[in-house]
Amino acid sequence: MTADILLQSLLSGILIGLIYALVAVGLTIIFGVMDIVNFAHGEFLMFGMYSAFWFYALWHLDPLVSLPVSALALFILGVLVFFLVIRRIIAAPMLSQIFATFGLMILFRGLAQLLWKPDFRAVDKPLTAGTVALGSVQFGLPQIAAGAGAVLITLALWLFLTRTRIGAALEATAADREAAMLMGIDANRMFALAWGLGAACAGIAGALLASFFPVYPEVGANFILIAFVVVNLGGFGSIAGAFWAGIIVGVVEVVGGLIAGPQFKLAIVLLLFLAILSIRPQGLLGRK
Amino acid sequence: MIRRAEPLALPAALALLAALLALPLWLRSPAHQNLAILMLMMAQLGVAWNILGGYAGQISLGHAAFSGIGAYTTTLLLMKAGISPWIGAPAGALAAAAAGLVIGWPCFRLSGHYFAMATIAVAEIIQIGFGNWDYAGAAVGLTLPIDRDGWTWLIFASKAPYYYLALGLLALTLLVAFAVERSFLGYYFRAIKDDPDAARSLGVGLARYKQVALALSSALSALGGSLYALKELYIDPPSVLSTGLSIKVALVAILGGVGTLFGPVIGAAILTGIEESTRTLLGGSGRGVDLVIYALLIISIAVYYPAGVLGWVGARLRRRAARPAAR
Amino acid sequence: MLLEVEGLTRRFGGLIANDSVSFGVAAGEIVGLIGPNGAGKTTLFNCIAGHDAPSEGRIVFAGRDMAGAGPERCARAGIGRTFQIAHSFGSMSARENVMVGCFLRDWSVRSARRRADELLEFVELSPRAAVQAAALTISEQRRLAVARALAIDPRLLLLDEAMAGLNPQEVRQAVEVVRRIRSRGVACLIVEHVMEGIMPVADRLIVLDYGRKIAEGTPDQVSRDPKVLAAYLGTE
Repeated sequence: MTADILLQSLLSGILIGLIYALVAVGLTIIFGVMDIVNFAHGEFLMFGMYSAFWFYALWHLDPLVSLPVSALALFILGVLVFFLVIRRIIAAPMLSQIFATFGLMILFRGLAQLLWKPDFRAVDKPLTAGTVALGSVQFGLPQIAAGAGAVLITLALWLFLTRTRIGAALEATAADREAAMLMGIDANRMFALAWGLGAACAGIAGALLASFFPVYPEVGANFILIAFVVVNLGGFGSIAGAFWAGIIVGVVEVVGGLIAGPQFKLAIVLLLFLAILSIRPQGLLGRK
Repeated sequence: MIRRAEPLALPAALALLAALLALPLWLRSPAHQNLAILMLMMAQLGVAWNILGGYAGQISLGHAAFSGIGAYTTTLLLMKAGISPWIGAPAGALAAAAAGLVIGWPCFRLSGHYFAMATIAVAEIIQIGFGNWDYAGAAVGLTLPIDRDGWTWLIFASKAPYYYLALGLLALTLLVAFAVERSFLGYYFRAIKDDPDAARSLGVGLARYKQVALALSSALSALGGSLYALKELYIDPPSVLSTGLSIKVALVAILGGVGTLFGPVIGAAILTGIEESTRTLLGGSGRGVDLVIYALLIISIAVYYPAGVLGWVGARLRRRAARPAAR
Repeated sequence: MLLEVEGLTRRFGGLIANDSVSFGVAAGEIVGLIGPNGAGKTTLFNCIAGHDAPSEGRIVFAGRDMAGAGPERCARAGIGRTFQIAHSFGSMSARENVMVGCFLRDWSVRSARRRADELLEFVELSPRAAVQAAALTISEQRRLAVARALAIDPRLLLLDEAMAGLNPQEVRQAVEVVRRIRSRGVACLIVEHVMEGIMPVADRLIVLDYGRKIAEGTPDQVSRDPKVLAAYLGTE
């Protein structure tokens, strides 16, 4: 194994890790604000991919161009999901919460299959097509653009949460719901916002991925488990944690696949997951 | 609740038993017999899951790992060493229980969502493991030999013997669940589910009893997996180790009534019925549609009927019983 | 001495919740643990109940070192406890709740049921034996918790603010229950804020303030101790 290959793997891992980070940031916002694990999160990503794909297929708009619209669409979807389903299970036993979001996962996959058939789609000629060479290592431009996009969005989100009033209200609701309500913050509105932002993050990640990743109804399954691992490693509710953990997990996945073989990539990440759960369940920067 | 109906219970139960035993005689078509067998097998897996998930409240979403271990153990012992399933299946049960001990040790320290996610992760790892293990057929899977058949090998040409095997296994599983429910184990499991801190203050070792629940649950699930292998005569990771199967097993118990004895049986009957009718009505092209229906079912149970069918029935009976007292 | 607490100190980072507290509880005694809010009573209580481990010091129960033992071991050794919030097993009936405690000493369901009924009688909950615990009133759940804790056949019972939120009649009932517990030969260590609930019944009182023991004696002695009065009426 040459240094080149290792370097290539490392950097590939970071790039995909940034995408994982973005997906996980969405998941961790939802969990941080309302203690619900969204098993349907991968499907928000899937819808983001399809949104980008259809803008491309029907109106020849590159995924990066249609990204704001995809983001908005997913934000609205997240808010709708909250009001139609999640609102009713906030106080329900954990089993109900798990199964409600699980049901949503299956529902979304079924709808995607029904509406758009199970075929694999792809954006053939993205704006960012091409490769970039750094010495002897090569990178696809779409991947780099996606990674850069992920960093920007995560940063924007972090600024939103720490520098704006609404962001502060969201953090307050996450820290102590009752105290926030006593200060006049409408908890339901915060929850809806969390779902909207969470879905938008996953949707944006999907739109970024659409330039180089195949689009099909079950694509979310590839990301949901990894998103869990990232959120757990970073600490439930911590955006910074999700960011750094995403990069770590991306690197572990790619380098692990290099060492043990690509068929074991997911297994290695999951073993890491179990190790974290055993040693430090609250993750790197977690609160609980 | 059941006590009030007691005078009717015994004759009704006997009649039901007779009907169940005679079923293959009047349900002639292999497709219908197959459906009945599937229902029984799903019910059995659901009852097994329920011991850990319903009684002890530890929601496992990776239980296919245990039925899968049972299926693979029985199959491998049969194919590679010529060992009859009468020994292979119990061996599979032991293997699953042992796996449960290994899995439980780190996982039972976790609560709630964390535990559920850990079980998904474990099952996925096991599925990936088997999918890449050439000795066990890797992704291609294993096909059971049909040259040896009959009651020694538990491989049959017709469906009827499998029906009785499935019925017998379900009866055994229900018996174990019933015995657990009535013994101190049942009380301890419910205590752990309701309030782990209070249980500890009464000397109940949480890890120890969760492990007991898991050992029973995993062993029984493995027996179900072994039966699946013997019936289908072909196993591969997606058919016996998939997350989809894990979810279905949990769903069956939740649909019927988590924590009740017969809940999973009712849930299995309903779920299998729904799956079959959507499959026949909508066919292969409507694959998206049956997923949607399945999903809407799951969501509505989660939101409106978390106690499942038996829970809903129980609540209505309790309301009716409370009314005379209010007069 | 049934329970000996020697030099117990519990630190949380820089905060000292308990500072070298020492006292004892003799068999069959009722000892009250009182003090203003933030005095460290709950922290001390949690250490004795096995929920927490002291940073320094010893907890010796019936001759065995129990510091950091964990709730299960404490229960098996003979220390029972109740909680500030009832922590009943909500899905089970009152009788079944108590039966869970009985199983520590005997696996048999039949004998557990018999003992549970006897204990429910003891706390005057017999008419409610078949009622689901979640449907009981707060006062009933508190009594249930006592019956359940007694089911493990403890020699020492730790009661955590059992009288909070009770009306005066309920407080008197609770005091009676505590007296009856003593007559069974069970010692009690009671953390309490409600003075009418602890003064009439305690043999001795331990007073904590800012993590330290500031007084010890009979209720009469303690209520006249100027240090105690200063602690309660002082600058807080």
